[in-house]
Amino acid sequence: MADVALLALAVLTIGGAIAALEMRSLIYGSISLMGMLAGVAGLFFLLDSPFVALFQIVVYVGAIAVLILFTVMLVRRELIFKKIEDPRRKWAGIGLMLVMMVALGAIILDSGIREITTDEPAVDFRNIGEDFLTYYWPALIAMALILAGSVTGALVLAKREDVQNEQRAD
Amino acid sequence: MSNELIDFVIVSVALLAIGIYGLAVKRNALRMLFAIEIVINAANINLVAFARFLPHSGGQTLALFSIAIAAAEVAVGLSLIIVAYRMWKNVDITEFRSLKG
Repeated sequence: MADVALLALAVLTIGGAIAALEMRSLIYGSISLMGMLAGVAGLFFLLDSPFVALFQIVVYVGAIAVLILFTVMLVRRELIFKKIEDPRRKWAGIGLMLVMMVALGAIILDSGIREITTDEPAVDFRNIGEDFLTYYWPALIAMALILAGSVTGALVLAKREDVQNEQRAD
Repeated sequence: MSNELIDFVIVSVALLAIGIYGLAVKRNALRMLFAIEIVINAANINLVAFARFLPHSGGQTLALFSIAIAAAEVAVGLSLIIVAYRMWKNVDITEFRSLKG
């Protein structure tokens, strides 16, 4: 059975996800997205994976959520508080969500996952580093290149061409 | 440990469904980015949960890769939104109708 910590984190995560999508203001929406990401980090702690949990906190709560918050601040004031959606589509979307939850939930509850429990000790996080540097080293290098490329691409995309740099020496 | 695999998988399914709802209904580009984040986190919970119950370190390694790639994706997505906002002065995706720069 689930314990209290898992229930609290599940409520935080799912409530945060719903609030992030349904809050009227985008600023409060991104703050509740931050709460949802912190809840996912807590779930990782419950799963005995402290390294992934700390990575989640550093990268998601620390970097991505703050980046999103800054972008929201750049948008015009009335757009932040306006909800853009049509009501008919909303009910269809809620129907899709419920159908998906019920169908996937039924499949999962019917499968053998329910019986899976473990008494074995958790994986030592030192194994992760070993994985990264032995079996997954080409993927690690590819990931580094992708990160460098995407950061460069983001900077090039966001550059304004209509503004001249006034602080140039010449 | 008192928690079972099924609890985490149920949370993950709920997050996935909420994320797909957001992608289907919202027309605000920033909200769609939120929805994408929610879907990616649902996948990460699944990876780490199955890695704990096997137990095997591969799931955690893949979750770390997934988090890093998601960071790159958010950076590019946000800069695309900024460029689109600069052109159309709006974040409604139905307004983004031409590729004209």
